[in-house]
Amino acid sequence: MSLRWIPAAVALCAAVVAPLRAQQDSVSRGVRVTLVYDPGLMPGVVVLPVPGPTGDSIQAIVQRDLGFGNRVRVIVIPDSMAEAIRGKSGAAGDAKPMAYGVFKALQAVAVVQATNTPHGLHVALYDVAHAKVNTVSEFPLPPDTLSRAWRLAVHRVSDEVERWVTGVQGIAATRVAYVRDHAIHIVDSDGADDITLPMVAGGLSPAWNPAANLIAYSTYGEDSRVVVYNLRTGESRAFGAQRNTNVSTPVFSNDGSRIMYTVAGENGSDLYSATVTGGSVIRVTAGGGTDNSQPSFSPDGLRIAFTSSRAGPPEIYIMDADGTNADMFTSYGFDSRNYRSNPDWSPDGLAIAYQAYVPDGSGVFQLFTMSLRDRVPRQLTSETRNEDPSWAPDGRHLVFTSGRTGTKELWVIDTQSGQMRQLTHGGATARLPAWSPRFVQ
Amino acid sequence: MHVSRSLSVSLVVAAATLAACSKKPEVAPTPVPAPVDTSALRAQHVQDSLAAIAAAQKAAAEAQARRDSIAAAEAAARAEAQAQAAMRATLTEVIHFDFDKSMVRPDAQAILDAKLPILLANPNLSIRIAGHTDERGSAEYNQALGQRRAAAAKRYLTDHGVAASRIETVSYGEEQPVAMGHDESAWSQNRRDEFTITGGDTGTLNHPGM
Repeated sequence: MSLRWIPAAVALCAAVVAPLRAQQDSVSRGVRVTLVYDPGLMPGVVVLPVPGPTGDSIQAIVQRDLGFGNRVRVIVIPDSMAEAIRGKSGAAGDAKPMAYGVFKALQAVAVVQATNTPHGLHVALYDVAHAKVNTVSEFPLPPDTLSRAWRLAVHRVSDEVERWVTGVQGIAATRVAYVRDHAIHIVDSDGADDITLPMVAGGLSPAWNPAANLIAYSTYGEDSRVVVYNLRTGESRAFGAQRNTNVSTPVFSNDGSRIMYTVAGENGSDLYSATVTGGSVIRVTAGGGTDNSQPSFSPDGLRIAFTSSRAGPPEIYIMDADGTNADMFTSYGFDSRNYRSNPDWSPDGLAIAYQAYVPDGSGVFQLFTMSLRDRVPRQLTSETRNEDPSWAPDGRHLVFTSGRTGTKELWVIDTQSGQMRQLTHGGATARLPAWSPRFVQ
Repeated sequence: MHVSRSLSVSLVVAAATLAACSKKPEVAPTPVPAPVDTSALRAQHVQDSLAAIAAAQKAAAEAQARRDSIAAAEAAARAEAQAQAAMRATLTEVIHFDFDKSMVRPDAQAILDAKLPILLANPNLSIRIAGHTDERGSAEYNQALGQRRAAAAKRYLTDHGVAASRIETVSYGEEQPVAMGHDESAWSQNRRDEFTITGGDTGTLNHPGM
């Protein structure tokens, strides 16, 4: 019975498998995505239609999340075909016999079947190769369907499915804070549900605490200070305002108890550390009149990458968390003059992303990563201006600012394949993104 | 007494008429009711008319003087207003910087040198220096650069005798460009320090050297 469907299924599959909208910079030519990731090497996954009024949304969100994760190949099949494969029953709740042969012909290794329950979603993952159920789990969904919280809960399903299939948890249930018109915005990892924080002044440089319930940002101009916004209570608290002083680039320490930030006074700028309420201020760097800014902690919290002008133009340095043993990280010189800044230490600790001028003399920033082991820079972008890299919790994706549409918008790049997608579509300058940690439930 | 005053007034009027008229007045033959000493009256008459002439001349001169002094005062006020405006323009004149630099260029030094005597002549005046950058560097790093630029101008002024407490420095980084373009002509205008009077301004600035 199921054999009859195979030729039709394969033909249909070839016609309808939607290539996920992706873009690649020409810099990756010669290392094309198809060479790095032969579709056959990426596990194919089918997400079956989900019964119920919200079913289409759930299926679409999970499919898109899995595609954005760049670890599996989403095989999109028409609903009618999915119904046919499942034996035209379509009844919710019970697992019908899977047409494993068909899915195998479609080169799927896994099939996701989600069904609505009174409290959320019942999700089953089918192992096509072994023709059996691999995993079954219940996911709670908030009652306010299609709300921001509901969508986040569906993203959690995607992240678990990705973990079941690849062994690595996805990053769909995350958000990105960024700046648009000097207001701090937060957008979901798939570009949905963009919100604006209530601002006490024009803001820059948002940063998440590890629990993802606080956002710190800096204000500029008069009364420049660090503002800490509580996402649960909606309260804003500020500290650090001082006459003749500019405060910028706050980041949370890895335990979330302190904030490190830049204080620019009348003799250069240095890094300081304070509690999240601005108490027990400690000076971390002694730059002797140079600029020292943009701190980023290593995942073990023992070291800090930062930007410094202590040797002339801005370069990236690494020092111990107490401010000692500062050492230039970006020491390669393909040009007499460069400008390297905005370091972000990857969550796996292995590399630092940053921005630098390319050696063509255009004076335009591009994204780079450099591994701590070999210190060989790897250029990720080349089209227009690209800057402000911030790692996703998977240590694989970066969100960044790009001018490639003519306006600065946020984009996400998969550093493994070079695939890119546009995250924001606001039409007004979006910049300075900060990718959140995974949201704990 | 009352009568004699009104008489003298009428005489003055007559004298004024006489003075104004070149023709000799016809003197009607008057009956002489009684012997009166007319010589004394005539002398008084002449004296009064001379006084009247002098008074009229004085009044005219005073009016002219008043007009002249008003015109002079108006001219002086215009000049002073211009001088005040010029001093304010000098105080708030923008200075510019090279890319990624906070060094005060020679052209900027000349502008700061012009501000100095005004600041020194007005010790109660306080100012704010706001440092700005162009869009090319890192937006975050430009916050520190803007502060360096404001601090550099402040240091120049304090090195030349202006009290540090009178000068506040702030940075706007690249957040408030004056020129919106994306080329060097826009960037060079945006790499700047702006100067604002923030306190001690009575509306009138003292002139340097007074």
